[in-house]
Amino acid sequence: MPLDSKIPSGPLAQKWDKHRFDLKLINPANKRKYEVLVVGSGLAGASAAATLAELGYQVKCFCFQDSPRRAHSIAAQGGINAAKNYQNDGDSVYRLFYDTIKGGDFRAREANVYRLAQVSVNIIDQCVAQGVPFAREYGGLLSNRSFGGAQVSRTFYARGQTGQQLLLGAYQALARQIGLGTVKMFPRTEMLDLVVVNGHAKGIVVRDLVSGQVSSYAGDAVVLATGGYGNVFFLSTNAKGCNVTATWRAYKKGAFFANPCYTQIHPTCIPVSGEHQSKLTLMSESLRNDGRVWVPKRKEDCDKAPGSIPEDARDYYLERKYPSFGNLAPRDISSRAAKEVCDEGRGVGPGKLGVYLDFSDAIKRLGKDKIVERYGNLFDMYEKITGENAYEVPMRIYPAVHYTMGGTWVDYNLMTTVPGLFVLGEANFSDHGANRLGASALMQGLADGYFVLPYTIGNYFATAKQAKPSATSAEFKQAEEATRTLTNRLLSLKGKRTPLSFHRELGKVLWEKCGMARNEAGLKEALKRIPQIREEFWTNLTVTGQAEGINQSLEYAGRVADFMEFAELLCLDALHRNESCGGHFRTEFQEADGEAKRDDQNFAYAAAWEYQGPDKAPVLHKESLVYEDVHMSTRSYK
Amino acid sequence: MNLTLKVWRQKDRNSPGRFVTCEAKNVLEDMSFLEMLDVVNEELIERGEEPFAFDSDCREGICGMCSLVINGVPHGGHRGTATCQLHMRHFKDGETITIEPWRARAFPPLRDLMVDRGAFDRIIQAGGFVSVNTGGTPDGNAIPVSKEAADASMDAAACIGCGACVAACKNASAMLFVAAKVSHLNLLPQGQAEKDRRALAMVKQMDAEGFGACTVTGSCEAVCPKEINLSFIAKLNRDYGVAILKGK
Repeated sequence: MPLDSKIPSGPLAQKWDKHRFDLKLINPANKRKYEVLVVGSGLAGASAAATLAELGYQVKCFCFQDSPRRAHSIAAQGGINAAKNYQNDGDSVYRLFYDTIKGGDFRAREANVYRLAQVSVNIIDQCVAQGVPFAREYGGLLSNRSFGGAQVSRTFYARGQTGQQLLLGAYQALARQIGLGTVKMFPRTEMLDLVVVNGHAKGIVVRDLVSGQVSSYAGDAVVLATGGYGNVFFLSTNAKGCNVTATWRAYKKGAFFANPCYTQIHPTCIPVSGEHQSKLTLMSESLRNDGRVWVPKRKEDCDKAPGSIPEDARDYYLERKYPSFGNLAPRDISSRAAKEVCDEGRGVGPGKLGVYLDFSDAIKRLGKDKIVERYGNLFDMYEKITGENAYEVPMRIYPAVHYTMGGTWVDYNLMTTVPGLFVLGEANFSDHGANRLGASALMQGLADGYFVLPYTIGNYFATAKQAKPSATSAEFKQAEEATRTLTNRLLSLKGKRTPLSFHRELGKVLWEKCGMARNEAGLKEALKRIPQIREEFWTNLTVTGQAEGINQSLEYAGRVADFMEFAELLCLDALHRNESCGGHFRTEFQEADGEAKRDDQNFAYAAAWEYQGPDKAPVLHKESLVYEDVHMSTRSYK
Repeated sequence: MNLTLKVWRQKDRNSPGRFVTCEAKNVLEDMSFLEMLDVVNEELIERGEEPFAFDSDCREGICGMCSLVINGVPHGGHRGTATCQLHMRHFKDGETITIEPWRARAFPPLRDLMVDRGAFDRIIQAGGFVSVNTGGTPDGNAIPVSKEAADASMDAAACIGCGACVAACKNASAMLFVAAKVSHLNLLPQGQAEKDRRALAMVKQMDAEGFGACTVTGSCEAVCPKEINLSFIAKLNRDYGVAILKGK
């Protein structure tokens, strides 16, 4: 099946306008006849559910947390980009578009990224009107700061809690619709399967996490906004509950999965402290605006107190290697640079897996008060976790898995290869290419939910003309039965090992063999190990409790089971991509100076994988990335 | 260090609960409180016993999903700290730690340490929003907002909706939560049009959910992981009073 990206014709700057005119509409009185099932209530899910309900559609929204306000978008700290050019520093829609394409190492779809930059300005207006308390200047106007991968100040922020405030804005819009009765909310409800009827996505199977009951819901379309798969690595900055289950089960029902090997490792996280570690904590990239990253020049100095190491014995390696971007070099580059200096034995802190992020110069220049105002909550957070005062000693940071650019393949309308199934936000693959720039995830989640899907979904209803089936039809009963069988199988294994122990083992293999740097031998080893771990999982797992009632062990086991399968696709994708680009770094493919070596001749495509059945190799489909407007250059931040 | 835990066990809303005692061995000071519980739970599962059910998600103090009354204090009693950010370096070897769920009539128990905080969502649904639809909004800089107002609004908006304020209150009042949300929006120009309606509707829903009355003892502020200021309750009382006086 050839992949049709449905990119509109015409000049880049006019594609979205033209497309919006070409899209078929549903008349207001008819909208209420259509029911949309939205899974996930983060920025993308909540904004989509609220907006669809405002337009008049019937909406059901599902999340596994106890409230839609808990979705992991809430943890985003730094900010959201928009091409407002309020600072008069040369920003424009085109520049945001170009920075994003370049930041993504020329592996994103041009038309999608341009649209993202276009609607970015509407997002800020929308959020301000909702009462998002963005940072302001004394004159009352919105404040901006700069972020990695950009030379203009276009990032809007609400202290170090921008994700929280934007999510609360979307959550409040959603709450308003719930109050009005246009959205029915299902918290503590986890999607466990997609139901496809006559080739169209028409429903989902869910487990009520309180009663344990498995049931299904039918709709005219299904929207997945279920986030990324970073937790396949076990340790990541994602919340404990983040998982790949919804998009993975959709993959098994025919929705192609694209570019899973594009995983982002964030350079500024708090280093691992021990085996018990349950998650990693990110320190916002915004810290790199004022903090300077360094390690000692000599290995022998690494155990000394940082304050006792003189200036000329320090290696400010980002400033040295990338003079024009310095400490604000993009995430993939900064992460790899940290790994390199630690691999050379110049890392600091316990385990020598850390580098310093030093604020002493900024405190001297701006005064401590200014630093408290800008980053106070982050310094507090650091102290809670490490017991160290970063105003006095430099922070120690190390890269950690943070975001996943890959995801379900979608066309320009955000529809997957299963008609009627739409995927938004981090869960899809479309806008960030091989690497995402800071402050762009919030932008994409809200763009998809507020300003893209509400237009494109109507076109699907108007053209597909598929009746909504009953949730008691055979397809639904079958899917429910399959889910119950899986649940019972997990409960009946009665082995010796816990879901967590398997998850940790799987994560270690991935982090070592498919993490910041990958190579053919390592990936092949991982592809051998993963099926072995999976086999043991399905023979030696123990899940306590029953299918009825609250059973967190069972919920977790189901998610780990999907990670076990997904991990293989991730490694397979990484192995097939014989080039280095963005977050995917293959050690065999690098320039003499260690920079990523892209291969535009052979790999300028999105790799979309099609499921073929259990224990069968997936089939690769290629969507060629054609750049009409930008020239594919070598990414340089020097 | 080795610790003794007294943990609340309850099968579901309709079954009686009780404390059970268990040991937490070889606890490291770098562990978070929830990581310590993870380790205890792993041992329980390995022995074929059911783990203690507790809520958590982000584990960095922002999602508001974690709870736990630790030694009688919600979130364990360290200033501006949620349970997930509490680290074991604050405990001593040999200590006995009591762990309970939030206790409030409006937060019915679900299992062990988990409770249902749906009442908070319903309060927001009653009026904790600005009624704007997507699209058609003015430029973000069209209405200047003074830095003071934006900062004060942000102070209130920092609330994570965890419910510690209710758990700490002898009356299980939700005033600090409601005050934070009302103030967040009522302090901004964008929230003015619905200012009166918002205060009235949210207080009405709060009462309907069964939260108790506020006597301004300040225990809520003391345990709030986001250090939401008690003065917002004064602002809520003022906004509510003005709305009543206007005859709304």
